[in-house]
Amino acid sequence: MFRRFLKLEWKQYFRSSYWQKGIALKIIMGFFALYMMASFLVLGVGSFFLIRKAMPGSDPLQVVNSFLIFAIIGDLIFRYLMQKMPVMNVKPLLVLPIKKNKLVHYVLGKSMFSAFNIFSLFFYIPFTVVLIGQDYSVYGALGWLFTMIFVTQCANFLNFIINKNNVAFWTLTVLLLGTIALQYFNIYDITIHSQSVFDGIFANPIYVSIPFVLLVILYVINQKILKQQLYLDAAVKVKVKEANTADLSWANRFGEMAPFIKNEIRLIWRNKRTKTVFLMSFAFVLYGLIFFTNPIYEEKMPGFLIFASLFVTGGFVLNYGQFIPAWESSYYKMLMTQNLSYRKYLESKWYLMVVITAVLFILATPYLYFGLKFYLMIAAGAAFNIGFNTLVLLFAGSFNRKQIDLNASGFGNTQGTSAKQFIVIIPVMLIPIGLFYAFSLPFGFNAGIAAIAGFGILGLVTKNYFMNLIAKRYIKEKYAAIHAFDQKA
Amino acid sequence: MIHSKNITKKYGTTQVLNIEELEIPKGQSFGLVGNNGAGKTTFFNILLDLIRPTTGEITNHDVIVNKSEAWKSFTGSFIDETFLIGYLTAEEYFDFIGDLRGMNKADINSFLSKFEEIFNGEILGKKKYLRDLSKGNQKKVGIVAALLGNPQVVILDEPFANLDPTTQIRLKKMLKELTDNKEVTVLVSSHDLSHVTEVCERIVVLDKGNVVKDIETSQETLKELESYFAV
Repeated sequence: MFRRFLKLEWKQYFRSSYWQKGIALKIIMGFFALYMMASFLVLGVGSFFLIRKAMPGSDPLQVVNSFLIFAIIGDLIFRYLMQKMPVMNVKPLLVLPIKKNKLVHYVLGKSMFSAFNIFSLFFYIPFTVVLIGQDYSVYGALGWLFTMIFVTQCANFLNFIINKNNVAFWTLTVLLLGTIALQYFNIYDITIHSQSVFDGIFANPIYVSIPFVLLVILYVINQKILKQQLYLDAAVKVKVKEANTADLSWANRFGEMAPFIKNEIRLIWRNKRTKTVFLMSFAFVLYGLIFFTNPIYEEKMPGFLIFASLFVTGGFVLNYGQFIPAWESSYYKMLMTQNLSYRKYLESKWYLMVVITAVLFILATPYLYFGLKFYLMIAAGAAFNIGFNTLVLLFAGSFNRKQIDLNASGFGNTQGTSAKQFIVIIPVMLIPIGLFYAFSLPFGFNAGIAAIAGFGILGLVTKNYFMNLIAKRYIKEKYAAIHAFDQKA
Repeated sequence: MIHSKNITKKYGTTQVLNIEELEIPKGQSFGLVGNNGAGKTTFFNILLDLIRPTTGEITNHDVIVNKSEAWKSFTGSFIDETFLIGYLTAEEYFDFIGDLRGMNKADINSFLSKFEEIFNGEILGKKKYLRDLSKGNQKKVGIVAALLGNPQVVILDEPFANLDPTTQIRLKKMLKELTDNKEVTVLVSSHDLSHVTEVCERIVVLDKGNVVKDIETSQETLKELESYFAV
């Protein structure tokens, strides 16, 4: 039985849409994953030495121990918000001749290997290795490591018992903020107790049995609860969110475009991935901080500054625009049977991108602090995004042939990505940088900036002409798009 | 009137549709019957210009469907639940389609009030997204949306599947009333022989893309169809 479950897991993992992508994308994702892992390892290994350097004379282990209490409470809060019991997997198994106890063990066992539990090991294991390397007691270090593993697992199962109970959540939050506040104002120092507990385990590794016993108890409680809840109207239930129906009648002033604009707003706000893209575009505003604060770019690589100033206001245009109209792939067929004007349909998307880019530009006003020069670059970038990039991305959209499932999760979801998404970078990013160098080398910095802004304004002036061309292109590509959007990714 | 001439559809070497001539007069209730893969949905998709025929053309009230889009203003359709926008509530969806069909809010509301019985209090004002509705309720929304804006031609693929018995009966009554005054043409496809014979004046049987029967519905039609399909 256990082997069958493992096989199911194996297939679920490798047949998920996560792996169904081109080789180039896989390689890029692979490198990214390696980079992340390496970063965590460096953090785990390095933290020991960092602490010793920052607080000379202190024992890094004791410092870590004293703050563990915050890590544990924080972990619980984070889990409360994010982690769900992987119980939906067993729905198809419920009616098969498998004992309920086995299903319960399967669900609980699977949860032990969730990313929430693995993540912290990237810190604890290298830290333990360093401890041993630094001539700490081997038994003590191992005892400490296993304590941490058991505590993490306890948090895992405790979270399921709390099971979205608001009282528990607020208790934890108040506890965390309260202890931090008490600590900060030197009223009561909880870290001493945290430290003495974990130091004690390090000194007497036999105490590792306490969290272990606790873990067993929590597991058994979970097992009992889950066994009673394994019904379609209890644990194995699809949670339905209540619709938030904000009044969008103000959009009616847009006339023929109004239904599309309203729809677009709802599309963005009510689906995880589009919402992530939308919110991320505000984070992109901060992108300039990386480049503008480092004088090396200004002196030697002004091209990077152009790149950064495009990103400051371009987060939405670039991330949202490149998947038009694939966002609507699930009902594209229906749209094509409706009496709609392609021009208005596309124009509503154009307006949306322009308005949001303008808002991002306003949010970027504080960059004035770094000097007028940087602000002008951002302004030129905004003009280019509004005038030129919106049109390019709408045009490129007619080549989109990958379906996007709006119900899938938001973070790191690359569904809908194809080589096209990389090719479009060329006009969107390289043209402004090319323009900048072409004009700034002979005529100076200001000419380079003006050229970029001018190009954007040119796009804005000729917008109607190009929009008509783009609309024609969408009509021509209609059948291919309908066919492609019908294929599930 | 819908006129289909020399329509064929080939994928590679397999022919999925081959209809030499088919004329559906205005005001007829027309039923399309056939097993899986007979080409019913393909025919509807070509009629709605969602896929291109390999040869031939269809005219819908004198509009060649893949040359002009004028047919869209008088044609309502529901093929499957991918016609729904999952993240909208039913009201918002009706508003969206109604807007595109030139109706204002009051028009839409008075239109929807006729369907209160069918909705059975489970669809309007429920604060539920369409993606969270049951299959049957999704179908109801799709069918009603296809009727928005008084279309001259109504195309419904498998309208009876997933509906509860009460709604099936109401839908049959509704479809019959639509064609009563010979103004609206209704095209439905179905796997359920008794439903189509009840609703449609004319039934065409497709088999592997070919028209094998074209019957004026009468008392004997159901028997005839049953004996045809009982292999």
